[in-house]
Amino acid sequence: MVQYSHPRLDASFAALADVTRRGVLEQLGRAEASITELAERFDMTLTGMKKHVGILEQAGLVLTRKVGRVRTCRIGARRLDEAAAWIESYHQLWAARFDELDKVVAELKRKEKPDASRKRR
Amino acid sequence: MQAGREGDLALVKNRTTVERKSGRELIVTRTFDAPARLVFEAWTTPELLKRWWVPKSMGMTLLSVEADVRTGGSYRFVFAHGDSTMAFFGRYVEVTPYSRLVWTNEEAGADGPVTTVSFEETGGKTLLVMHELYPSKEALDAAGTGAADATHETFAQLDELLS
Repeated sequence: MVQYSHPRLDASFAALADVTRRGVLEQLGRAEASITELAERFDMTLTGMKKHVGILEQAGLVLTRKVGRVRTCRIGARRLDEAAAWIESYHQLWAARFDELDKVVAELKRKEKPDASRKRR
Repeated sequence: MQAGREGDLALVKNRTTVERKSGRELIVTRTFDAPARLVFEAWTTPELLKRWWVPKSMGMTLLSVEADVRTGGSYRFVFAHGDSTMAFFGRYVEVTPYSRLVWTNEEAGADGPVTTVSFEETGGKTLLVMHELYPSKEALDAAGTGAADATHETFAQLDELLS
């Protein structure tokens, strides 16, 4: 099978592993904010917040633009969707597979019922 | 398909859960309304595996299943997807009747996962826990992408059905 490498997706999971960064994403999901505003809201130094935003930006979860001296951040929704879609796709596959398995197991159970005396093999 | 009432009810009640436990691990769980012995049988009998391993939604056909289900035995599933065929193969590391199955998956070379499936029976129901451990985060990310491709096909088929 062909192997794909997805460094961006990997970066998404690393970015989402931190509680502050998830908070920042939630915040930016409601409205754009400058790094200064985010630092204040999360009670953090400007340098600390810059670091978090940098990681989110690298993962494509956040987009920033500089207007004058202010760097404004907004959510880059596509990457977040990708991370959620990753788990969802796995779920779809296994849910479908197990629904089929369920039918096979139910059939085995039905077949077994007529002679319940032959319980163990 | 002869999905009886029992099967349909089970579909409603029993949910499949997927959790990415860490960068390298994935846990899938599902409960079945049958003793572990029967669920295990469906995982270890090639003719039965063939009936459920490739649901229609995967958009693939399972051409053959060879599985020497015992510790040290090997398996090989061959799929057809459009004009191409591909194989899914590896080795059973542990086969403990009715409770545990462990196998390697080797078609991706060193990037393949080690899968452990455990069957826990309580009150006639079986909780199945599948644990996949990949050698790296990159390998698990890539595996997920493969499943995402299959999902897109699922939706395409559904669209076709509903149009």
